[in-house]
Amino acid sequence: MQSSDSPSRHSVTGSERVGPYTLLRLERGALEPGVPGQFFMLEAPGRLLPRPFSLCLAPPGELVFLVDPVGPGTEALCRLRAGDEIGVLGPLGRGYRLDVERPLLVGGGIGSAPLPYLAEQLGGDPPVVLGFRSAEYAEAAALLPSAEVVIDPVLVTELIEPDCDVFACGPEPMLHAVAGLCPTAQLAWEAPMACGYGACYGCVVEIDGALQRLCLEGPVLDAARVHTHVEAVA
Amino acid sequence: MRILNASGCLDALAAPEVARQLDAFVTKTVTPLPREGSAPPRIAETAHGMLNAIGLANPGRERFLADHLPRLHELGFPLWVSVGGFCADDFAETCSRLSDVEAIELNLSCPNVDEAADSAAEIVAACRASTGLPLYAKLSAAHPDVAEVARAVATAGADGLSLINTLRATALDKHLRPALARGSGGLSGPALKPVALHAVSVCRAATGLPIVGMGGIESGRDALEFAACGADDVALGTVLFGDPGAPARVRAELAAACADAGVATPEDARTLAKSPETGRKVPA
Repeated sequence: MQSSDSPSRHSVTGSERVGPYTLLRLERGALEPGVPGQFFMLEAPGRLLPRPFSLCLAPPGELVFLVDPVGPGTEALCRLRAGDEIGVLGPLGRGYRLDVERPLLVGGGIGSAPLPYLAEQLGGDPPVVLGFRSAEYAEAAALLPSAEVVIDPVLVTELIEPDCDVFACGPEPMLHAVAGLCPTAQLAWEAPMACGYGACYGCVVEIDGALQRLCLEGPVLDAARVHTHVEAVA
Repeated sequence: MRILNASGCLDALAAPEVARQLDAFVTKTVTPLPREGSAPPRIAETAHGMLNAIGLANPGRERFLADHLPRLHELGFPLWVSVGGFCADDFAETCSRLSDVEAIELNLSCPNVDEAADSAAEIVAACRASTGLPLYAKLSAAHPDVAEVARAVATAGADGLSLINTLRATALDKHLRPALARGSGGLSGPALKPVALHAVSVCRAATGLPIVGMGGIESGRDALEFAACGADDVALGTVLFGDPGAPARVRAELAAACADAGVATPEDARTLAKSPETGRKVPA
């Protein structure tokens, strides 16, 4: 992180329900949208710590995030209304490398969040496969109209073609399964984070065989760095 | 009043521009051997605070001295090195290997290690014999009488006190399981401030040693309250996570808070808090 500024203040421009999720729209201000897969720390009103979110959409003048209300911080974010203001820090971390030949976007649940912006930045309407736990959650697939969608108990990994350059984001078991199928996949990992810039040491994940801070090393990681059993599985 | 970071709450190599706002950067605690730290999850938010169980993750003394410390020196700001260990000799050996730093903070109170340490006074005495650098003893308010510990480390040769470390605490997740893999962690953030103010106040009365006050400071007003209780300097911890601009902001707010309180400097606030005219003494 090069800046030492306090988080900048951004007005909420809109908030829409997408199934059980909320699409939170913020005025972009001077912030760059960054590389798909990078993340922003959003102030959670009334809470001590901000929460990390990857960017979902980047329409002109806006930054848009998909929020799953799983706890008090995300619930507070889902209650925001147009005109409210929150602090935002970012973009942070390392995103996806976009220079691939046969992209395939793989999302599980709230892990679909970074894929709309990723698809836009890749261009050419890349293929997308999404898995959700129920039809209600699958309403989020509307953000990626051309996506192929499966619902539990069908697993999204059943739709993966092995020769593709996979970009994945989703729950940890899904990411491990993807890594087993596609050792070259780029995986957007998740961990609790207090700061997002390497200060708190809270977000460690086993990377290259050692606990390392996800906010600095990731959140996008090459499958081989997190999935040490790739060869044994394959 | 100098503004430092609380040890372990900032990585100057990862975020030098944040560290540059401080009057001195305090390193994460260095132990004799490398420590990978606790398994995740390591952090959890609580009401008005957070828990962490990082577990003194650090590269160990040799790699710190050979690699990290030279890179920190290149950044050019004053350095305090936080030293940890599991017996007095551990601490003393690391102290003896340090030079060209502004001060050493002895972490006598990490809540996230189980190993029994020698007494605070034994450790300080061993370190005193091994270095001429200023030694700050970082104490815990979990001790029934922190002022007694302060007196003991003062007698053993400490040059100052860092007050306070996090307090050991537990939080449960929605399934009623410990939120941290380690089970317990250190509580920090605003929930800690009243505990810290009290510790600063009683240790100031007990020893007269210079004090770096810390525990839940979020604003200039908070820093001024620590000064009023007897802190010479303050350190920022949890607030840095949500606000990397906090050091500069708190410094600016401190000037305004002094003006609001009718004091010229933070140091003058101590006189105010003890003024017989106001009758509002800080209880010790």
